Amino acid sequence: MSMTDNSRTGGGIHAGSASYAGRATVIETRKLSRTVQGKLLVDDISLEVKQGEIVAVVGPSGAGKSSFLRLINRLDEPTGGTVYLDGLDYRQLAPRELRRRVGMVMQSAYLFPGTVAENLCFGPRQHGEDLPVQEIDRLLEQTGLEGFAQREVLHLSGGEAQRVSLARTLANKPEVLLLDEPTSALDERAEREIEALLMRVLRDHHLTALMVTHDTAQAERIADRAILIEAGRLILNGSVQEVLNAEPVHH
Amino acid sequence: MLNQFITDPMVLRAAQAAGAAILALMVAYLARRADINMQREAIVSLVRGISQIVIVGLLLTIVLGRARWLSAFVLLAMTLAGAAIAARRTKQIPGILQVTMRSIVLGAGLVIGIMVGLEVIDRSPATLIPVGSMIIANAMNTTALALDRFRAEVEAHTGQIEAGLALGAASTVVVAPYLKAAVQAGMIPSVNNLRSLGIVWIPGVMAGMVLAGTDPIEAAIYQFVVVAMLFATAGTTALLCTLFVRSHAFSAAEQLTLRMKA
Repeated sequence: MSMTDNSRTGGGIHAGSASYAGRATVIETRKLSRTVQGKLLVDDISLEVKQGEIVAVVGPSGAGKSSFLRLINRLDEPTGGTVYLDGLDYRQLAPRELRRRVGMVMQSAYLFPGTVAENLCFGPRQHGEDLPVQEIDRLLEQTGLEGFAQREVLHLSGGEAQRVSLARTLANKPEVLLLDEPTSALDERAEREIEALLMRVLRDHHLTALMVTHDTAQAERIADRAILIEAGRLILNGSVQEVLNAEPVHH
Repeated sequence: MLNQFITDPMVLRAAQAAGAAILALMVAYLARRADINMQREAIVSLVRGISQIVIVGLLLTIVLGRARWLSAFVLLAMTLAGAAIAARRTKQIPGILQVTMRSIVLGAGLVIGIMVGLEVIDRSPATLIPVGSMIIANAMNTTALALDRFRAEVEAHTGQIEAGLALGAASTVVVAPYLKAAVQAGMIPSVNNLRSLGIVWIPGVMAGMVLAGTDPIEAAIYQFVVVAMLFATAGTTALLCTLFVRSHAFSAAEQLTLRMKA
């Protein structure tokens, strides 16, 4: 599809780098659809995301942005189409392996009861790895949580919890990060902090990312490209500016 | 008091039933004054209760002393009814009837089978049906309690469950704490019964045997046997139903596919 080849750089964190056209495709959705009880949540979305590219997913609430992201992580099963990860149909991968490689940060942190360190160790332990202490410290430092290892997650603020959630996902060393409005449940100050943190982490880890956001300014700051989803369909795929101009303003 | 006026035993029993029903209705009336509306349910349940138990009494008079396959048939019918009732208690979980059915058939069936095999339960319908029915009823209550707890836990922790799955965990791992809570919840009444046996509670079997003139020590020991069987039933059924509901809740691709109905 010509629409998907049309990747351009926006004003995002990789601004200055050249077009992604020559890069390898990491995530490709092909005619991805999901129907639940006759209702089309995601309708025939085809999209390519290149290595290191950050794509903002925008659109009205209830448009299917989260449903689309959940399909890429295979938290829900597509009823049509599929997703290719590094050129391989993801149904050929064990779902648990897929999810380690394609990490997801949700709107709320959903931490497990226990300490911050225990939360960080959860992912690696699922595939039989012990996260070394140095690695825990490194992740905490990266996410601005120095000294938090033994803190009980119950006593964390919303912003701190979301940092732990991000660090917990990064502990799996994912190649792709799916971000489902990771700052929308936070107050303004925590939101800006997490956003700055995300930009740093995405750059440092050379991560490919899809990020659902309803904050147009945030999309402009972070993303290289944007897609607009309405009623489950991919309406527009282009530069952040282009997409934001087309989208009805929500603010 | 009643027996001073009524000499016919059947009429006496009917009068006693009426007295108990009036008491229950008075409670429902008092509850209504406290804005807890249970009058309708109380009346319906009372009418249902008396009809059901009298019908069973009639059935028992027919079955007692006849072929053994008849008692197996009665127990099977009770199991199916129990599965349907437990499923209605947790009707928010779509397709739960197959879970309650398998749990109660297997859980109660296993305990009844072993106990009959060891001749702890006598094969005569007069023993097999009442004791079997207690085991089935206990399996039903355990299943309903455990599944209801499972539903509540999953509803409250959908985010954690999916966060765990998204981190590459197996469904068995992410759901383990909630299954444990469900098993415990299902077993609470049976554990309490075992603990309080004799202290706060002289259960029906012993009461019945003593009333019928059995030596109280013998009745007490048999009562322990029954309560221990009920405990075993609760444990088996709670484990079975949580295992079944787990595979019911997740797909082969480690997705939480369970979506509760309102």
